Order: sequence, then C-alpha cells, then structure tokens
Amino acid sequence: MSSEAETSAEYIHHHLQNLTYGHLADGSWGVAHTAEEAKAMGFWALNLDTFIMSFLLGALFLFVFRRVAKNIVAGTPGGLQNFCEWAIEFVDSSVRGSFTSKNNMVAPLALTIFFWVLTMNLMDLIPIDYVPQIMGALGVPFFKVVPSTDPNATFGMAIGVFLLVLYYSVKMKGLGGFVGELTLQPFGKWGMPVNLLLEGVNLIAKPISLALRLFGNMYAGEMIFILIALMGGAWAGFSAGNATLYGSQILLSLGWAIFHILIVTLQAFIFMTLTVVYLDMAHQEHH
Amino acid sequence: MNINATLLAQTIMFALFVWFCMKFVWTPIVAALDERKKQIADGLAEAERAKHDLELAAKRSAELLREAKEKAGDIVANSEKRASEIVEEAKTQAKVEGGRIIAGAKAEIDQEVFRAKEQLRTQVSSIALAGASKILGREIDAKAHSDLLDKLVAEI
Repeated sequence: MSSEAETSAEYIHHHLQNLTYGHLADGSWGVAHTAEEAKAMGFWALNLDTFIMSFLLGALFLFVFRRVAKNIVAGTPGGLQNFCEWAIEFVDSSVRGSFTSKNNMVAPLALTIFFWVLTMNLMDLIPIDYVPQIMGALGVPFFKVVPSTDPNATFGMAIGVFLLVLYYSVKMKGLGGFVGELTLQPFGKWGMPVNLLLEGVNLIAKPISLALRLFGNMYAGEMIFILIALMGGAWAGFSAGNATLYGSQILLSLGWAIFHILIVTLQAFIFMTLTVVYLDMAHQEHH
Repeated sequence: MNINATLLAQTIMFALFVWFCMKFVWTPIVAALDERKKQIADGLAEAERAKHDLELAAKRSAELLREAKEKAGDIVANSEKRASEIVEEAKTQAKVEGGRIIAGAKAEIDQEVFRAKEQLRTQVSSIALAGASKILGREIDAKAHSDLLDKLVAEI
C-alpha cells in the first residue's frame, strides 16, 4: 500500500489508473494526475505506461530473436539459439496444425503475438507495488506495468488482427465473395437482413472476444493481486489478526502467482491460436 | 481504463513488430532451420548410401574371397597333379635309363667275354700246339702236320 492514509478504494483505483498523457483541462498538454483528469482528456490521449511497457517488451522480444537470427548457424545450435528455434518450431507446428492455406505472414504474426502477449502478461508477476512505488518516488503519479490489463493494448492488437481478417477475406474471396458470405447465408438471398445480422455479429465477435478475453483475464488477475495485497496493507500495529493477514498475503500471493503463470502462458497461446484460426477462416471459402 | 489514442498507437506498434519479426527474425531463422533440415537429410541419405556401398563391398569381398579360395584350391590340386606327374615321369625315365645302362653293360660284358674267349682260344691253340710240339718234338714235322693243326685250331 502506498500510504497509510489511503483507503482501500483509493489504493485499488490508484493501481488501476493508467498514466495518461493528453490535453489537460487548462489547455496545456501533460500527464493526468487524477482519474477524472484522464477521463476528461477524451480520445486524443496516450496511456504512456501501456505504450512504453508494451514497446519495451516487444522490442526486447525482437532484440533477442534478432540477435539469434543474425548469428544463426545451421550447424549445432547454442543455448539461446536453441530456445529461439524451439519457440519457432512450436509456433510453426501450431500454425501448421490450424492454418491450412499458404501464407508466409501468419507464422511470424503468431510468433510475435505469442511472445508479445506473453511478456506483457508476465509483467503481472512483478509484485504489484514495486513499480508504482518507484515511479511515485520519481514523481510519476500512476504506472500500470501490465500493458495487457489496458483494453487499449488488447483491442489494439485485436483490431490489427481484424484488419488482417478483412484484408484476407477480400483478397481470397473477392469483395463480392466476402459480401456474399456475409449476406447470402445461412438463409439464402431472401433472408438477407437476418443473414447480415448473424454473420455481422459473427464477424465482429472475433476481435471483441479476442481482446476482451485477454483483457478480462489479465485485469481480473491483477485485481486479485491487488485484493491480496490489501490484506497485508491493513496492517495496524502488531496483533494476531494482523499477523495472520500478513502471512495470508504472502501465501496467497505466492499461490496466485504460481497459478497465474499458467494463465499468462495460456492467454498468450489462446490469443495466438485464435488469431491463426480466424485468419484461416478468412482464407477459406465458407461452407 | 479509458479507450483513447493508445489504441491506434498499439495497433501501429503491433503492425511494425509483426513486420519486423517477419522480415528480420522469422525469415533468417527458418532459412537456417531449413538448411539444417537439408543437411540432416543429406547426411542420412549419405549414410544410407554408405551402408548400401558397404553391403555391396562386403558381398564383393566375400565373392572375391570365395573366388580366391577356389583358385587356390585349383592351384594346389594342379600342382599336386603336376608333382605326381613329375614323379611318375622321373620314375619311368629312371627305369628306362636303368634298363639302357643295364643293357649296355650286358653288351659290353658279352663283348668282353667273346673277346676273352677268342683270346683264350688262340692262346689255347698255341699252347696246345706248343705242348704238342714239345711232346712230339722231333717226330712231327711242323710243316707236315700244319694242315692238321690248322684244323684243330679251327675246331677249338
């Protein structure tokens, strides 16, 4: 807990607030210091913490893999190369498993998604108070270290995937084919409005479910970490109850963190697999 | 937790990351993996071929060995035959030679005997003549009895 004076609600809000840069109410550009200020900035504002963290993590992933790719040898691979090759073969095989058409972009896309989401999710395992406290000491009011708990990040990726789905749908089936797919089934041409409604929902549900699934899981996980952290934060002098709470926080955090490793990896994998599946559907003639 | 321009920034960042990954990460690594795959496949094919070659060589060597053994057997048999032939030949030659030597020796002996007999006969006749002349001495005229004596010598 950042200070004794904070209430639990304030603590939670503080942890869930992004560091937002945008147009302040007084007309200047700057960082919002309260949630209200951030809200008032409207659409043209940037969540600096999400942006910076996701950029750093994506760059880290690309840096490591790029270093391996530069020094790659076809002979006996070394340690890091081994890992990268394993990762690539893992992604490649799961893409081969669910993507039936030929497209050289899908596998690297899947690799990027997997590692980017994975590293972003892994930030959840950093004890939740560390980064906000350090940033607070440096004068930064908020700092959410897990980019995937920001819907902007998850929707950002999902929109990227959605655009690819649209692009390949049109490219593979032609504009007419794609529109036909949306309007001429399942009820034939006389049921066009109903068809459009059903297929439209079907289409829109893809990016939304993709984004919300990841966001929901990570947000909920983060929330539980925060709630667990509140137990020890309720410390007010030494007593049996406080000691129990404090101990429970340690044990629960540990347990939840271990369980969370599973969720973190699983969500990254799901995001990757669903992307591949959606793109596969975009490449195929429907029904 | 507001939706704002971060959304666009994240989408663009995502696109850039994917592009970078595709161009500078995936392509070289997969190329290396493919190359290794090819190397391994080549190696396996090579090993298979070598195994095949080895089999052929083993078969060939076995055949050669068998041939060599056969040849060696032939040679031994031939040489044995030849040896016995040589021995046989030598034996017959030796026999012939021996026979010839014996025959020669016999002829020589016969000749010697004949010559000795001849000599003996002339000597005996002269001895007989001498003896007879000594005995008869004066009574017998050598001239008168030469006919008789010659007849006697011829008879002996």
